[in-house]
Amino acid sequence: MFLIRDAHQLAPSVKRFWVEAPRVAQHWRPGQFVIVRAATDGERIPLTIVDGNKDAGTICLIVQAIGATTIAINRLEAGDNLTDVAGPLGTPSLIETFGNVVVVGGGAGTAIAYPVARALHDAGNRVRAIIGARSRDYVILEKELSEVCETVDTATDDGSYGRASLVTDVLDDLVESGETIDHVFAMGPIPMMRAVAELTRPTGLKTTVSLNPIMVDGTGMCGGCRVLVGDATKFACVDGPEFDAHIVDFEVLAARNRAYQDFEKAQAASCQAVAQ
Amino acid sequence: MSPVTRKDRMSMPRTAMPERDPSERARSFDKVNLGFTSQLAVLEAQRCLLCPRPKCVGGCPVGVRIDEFVRHVAAGDFGAAAATISADNSLPAICGRVCPQEKQCEGACVLTRKDRPIAIGHLERFVADFSRTHRVEYEASSPIRSGKKIAVVGSGPAGLSCAFNLIRAGHEVTVFEALHELGGVLVYGIPEYRLPKAVVAAEIERLRDLGVEFVTNAPIGLAETLDDLLASFDAAFVGVGAGLPVFLGVPGEHLVGVYSANEFLTRVNLMRAYQSGTATPVHDVKGKRVAVIGGGNTAIDAVRTALRLGAADASIVYRRTEAEMPARHEEIRHAKEEGVRFDFLTAPVEFLGETGGKLQTMRVIRMELAPPEDDGRPRPVPIAGSEVEVPVDVVIVAAGNGPSPLLRKSSPNLLHGARGTVQADPETGRTSMKGVFAGGDIVTGGATVILAMGAGRKAAASIEDYLRTGQWEQQATKQLAV
Repeated sequence: MFLIRDAHQLAPSVKRFWVEAPRVAQHWRPGQFVIVRAATDGERIPLTIVDGNKDAGTICLIVQAIGATTIAINRLEAGDNLTDVAGPLGTPSLIETFGNVVVVGGGAGTAIAYPVARALHDAGNRVRAIIGARSRDYVILEKELSEVCETVDTATDDGSYGRASLVTDVLDDLVESGETIDHVFAMGPIPMMRAVAELTRPTGLKTTVSLNPIMVDGTGMCGGCRVLVGDATKFACVDGPEFDAHIVDFEVLAARNRAYQDFEKAQAASCQAVAQ
Repeated sequence: MSPVTRKDRMSMPRTAMPERDPSERARSFDKVNLGFTSQLAVLEAQRCLLCPRPKCVGGCPVGVRIDEFVRHVAAGDFGAAAATISADNSLPAICGRVCPQEKQCEGACVLTRKDRPIAIGHLERFVADFSRTHRVEYEASSPIRSGKKIAVVGSGPAGLSCAFNLIRAGHEVTVFEALHELGGVLVYGIPEYRLPKAVVAAEIERLRDLGVEFVTNAPIGLAETLDDLLASFDAAFVGVGAGLPVFLGVPGEHLVGVYSANEFLTRVNLMRAYQSGTATPVHDVKGKRVAVIGGGNTAIDAVRTALRLGAADASIVYRRTEAEMPARHEEIRHAKEEGVRFDFLTAPVEFLGETGGKLQTMRVIRMELAPPEDDGRPRPVPIAGSEVEVPVDVVIVAAGNGPSPLLRKSSPNLLHGARGTVQADPETGRTSMKGVFAGGDIVTGGATVILAMGAGRKAAASIEDYLRTGQWEQQATKQLAV
């Protein structure tokens, strides 16, 4: 059992947890994830490690309630337990001194972007962040990002905060302005990562995305998370989750992520019904 | 009862394993083989001809003194039989169920010539189950504690067997497992109807009682590295298995509805997808057409599992013929009885689906067998122009497994072979890293439970030797098994 030391609502349906997991806290690196089970016989879901504290033996996870398991996790409070936290898993981000880096976070994907932005900053890069959300209430980690980024631009769908646009519009303007950009990282929903990839493809601006396919074990054992990258089959859990955005087949990724949609909808509906 | 003569023995039929009726079992995950009663076990053991130089022992990869334990069973002394088996085999309840006996002990039995070898596997299972359910105490640990600590990486058959032998010798043993449940392939791979989870759990409980520590959720290589472990342990054993699924490399393998056997079986076995209300589903196969590609035990496990989940048509698609199938004979027979269809000399060349990526059909090609090549098995050759397209809802690829990839990146000093296996001396399990031993599928590539167990036991003896002498003779690389 893994004790939740702190739980804090960041946005509607988005919650931040600090969980006791000394082994993970000791060994994790930015870009890696853990596999979590919230109950005995519960499903295994991957969650990015957002932060860690070696001394306290705790790690930070940010969870958006979208499926049965994440809905169940987000009902937990400090003092409750997660059944299993396995990790760290996945290949750490390739953190180099690129120079000028833009980190794009879409929605809860901002939680995946933050540890990468921080590591890039620590490695001596000039980091700018662009984060997007549905509306003002859904903007997360703006303050944390501002501590490690030179600028943090915000875009909301409804214009209630920052620019009323998509993150790609902001990125596009930045590219057009003639600013030097050496590398782009994009973490968020598949359509967003795909749009960023299309935007940077013509100029060959190096772009890294963090993929989020369905996983079971997360240790390279099931192949359920296989993705097509440059015509090669890669396992996101061990070869990724980060890949070169320009050679990722987003079509296959999107189709595979819909595999259990009907099942998940039914489950989430019954969970919501229980919650009400 | 008058003593049984040799002539009597020769003419007695092989005692059949009581099985549940195929029509009943084909839709349920309850056990298929019900197990011998004491009476049946004694009857079967009495058929043994008591060969002065028993061939069965040589047929066992770990050299269980089969003649001796069978003699104990014949005499009704099941405790003594258990002690005999346990001297060489730490997981008899498991091996009795999953070993390919026809290729090992039973294949070597002189009665095989009369087509009725002693049912050694069934007897081993009986003895193990009897001693477990009757709590027979037959193994004593060394009362002397050595104070030495050994880390075992992986809780599959190799790791469990290594841990068992080391703890009995008086060492401290900690087993690290990446998943949330212990047992490795025994729990994620082998289905409930063939190897009940309770049997595996009981074996692990026995190790815990003997003092073995278990740590789950610990992916060594990504959490602690082997070097980290060596800082707090005197030696380490790597038994992480061959868990990386191999795909066919044909177009359309990314379609929704195409599974690796590992994923399908892991969802059903480890994640309990067969139970209603499960959190981890598999695609609904009720009334659907399921094709499993491959001819090994994993393929048979997958196809019989699909049947049990309600598939209307469950078939094996294998590129060679039944004679070349690597699966256990009993599994093939059981699958046939349950209604599994077999398409031999057939191989898929492409999977096709609708827009949106869902599998609908597969194109298969007929094969013919050409003379064997290097591996001694007849080589399947495609027959030009024989391709046909067949409708299918779910495809499960059981084309073998590669070595687990987790340790490799973080262990630059651990020499690997070309196919990603860890190089280790086949006799001692010593690797290129001082204090690190390896055995099982991570060294050999995908093999059997018993071979992995045997490697774990050999490594345990070799670890003891190393801990006692401190000697680490660097093996020449060429002597290491690749």
